[in-house]
Amino acid sequence: MELRLSDIAVARGGVPVLSGVSFTLTAGAAMILRGPNGSGKTTLLRTIVGLQPPLAGKIEGAADTVAYAGHADGLKAMLSVAENLTFWAAVYGRRDIDAALEAYALAPLADRLAGTLSAGQKRRAGLARLMVTGRPIWVLDEPTVSLDVDAVKLFADAVRAHLRAGGMALLATHIDLGLTDAQVLDVTPLRAAPTALYGASDEAFL
Amino acid sequence: MIALLIRDLRLAFRAGGGFGLGLAFFLILVVLVPFSVGPQSALLSSIAPGVLWLGALLACLLSLDRLLALDFEDGTLDVLASAPLPLEAALAVKGFAHWITTGLPLVIAAPFLGVLLNLPPEGFGWLVISLMLGTPALSMIGCFGAALTVGIKRGGLLMSLLVLPLYVPTLIFGAEAARRGAIGMDVETPLFLLAGISLGSLALLPFAAAAALRMTIR
Repeated sequence: MELRLSDIAVARGGVPVLSGVSFTLTAGAAMILRGPNGSGKTTLLRTIVGLQPPLAGKIEGAADTVAYAGHADGLKAMLSVAENLTFWAAVYGRRDIDAALEAYALAPLADRLAGTLSAGQKRRAGLARLMVTGRPIWVLDEPTVSLDVDAVKLFADAVRAHLRAGGMALLATHIDLGLTDAQVLDVTPLRAAPTALYGASDEAFL
Repeated sequence: MIALLIRDLRLAFRAGGGFGLGLAFFLILVVLVPFSVGPQSALLSSIAPGVLWLGALLACLLSLDRLLALDFEDGTLDVLASAPLPLEAALAVKGFAHWITTGLPLVIAAPFLGVLLNLPPEGFGWLVISLMLGTPALSMIGCFGAALTVGIKRGGLLMSLLVLPLYVPTLIFGAEAARRGAIGMDVETPLFLLAGISLGSLALLPFAAAAALRMTIR
């Protein structure tokens, strides 16, 4: 199984931000997207997950295989960590959340309401959600925001374990996770000219 | 789907979940109407079905704001949209959960509040039946309105404006069925039309809501 992007162009708010993005991600591989703020990393990730259509190009292998972790964690403040994870596991037709709790050292927090957690603890719970989905491709947008050094290590270990098990990971991040054999894609040279793909638009009502 | 329903119900009943908001509003409105109309029991009993229906509609409208906005803010909608559960099914379930936490309590409370408005005895049964048939449509139409406006900050006003005209047919036929029931007339025609609106909303609006949501969460 692989994820293949061919000549993808994406737009944000009606303005093309990236064009000509092509890469292939194979089982067990990770790819790190780099680029300055506003360069279109988030938009590209959201396009791959299927939250918005690409302006041009083709994405293969992303249907029903990706799990997405964006800037928000998708946790309900009034549910406990275990209830949140159990819910997401059930949405993906699974049950077991213990491995995820253990991988992110959340077991002592399992019965706490998510609203009472610190920002870093919430992030860990949000990342643990990826493990309970059982999906092979993890798409992560700035996963290490508000994580401390130890938690970043937990996260890197979880990603490595996922890759060893034949999974894939696509990350937009600014820090070094120590994923030594990950491919790095710098999106800066792929920035779309403002006039590129004139007439194409991601706006629904134009 | 069941997990989503259970989660939505659990959230509604926990602190700050908003369960009871619509019911409290309904109660306040219906309790205050006799004070504002004055001690004219004949007038009250003739406007009772309409007031009860209007109260139920406004109570529904009040809680629509929260139907999707909270899930949008914490990123739940993004994940749901990429989950194996079809967005149509997710929205139908959310509409159903909204009906259980808002519409159903109104249906149950309505006959008790009908007493305050001097509703004629023969009208109670038809009032409950008409609300039971009509409130699911209110929830599903509201779900569609919420999906259209979910990305907009303070979108509640816009949503009310969009949803109100769509609520009008439900209100007309619902209140008409309750009114005819109260004065002993034949209720079949408005009840059938009301049921038609509800079934049509249940069948079609999850698709419309999902299409609208896919645009608004881009």
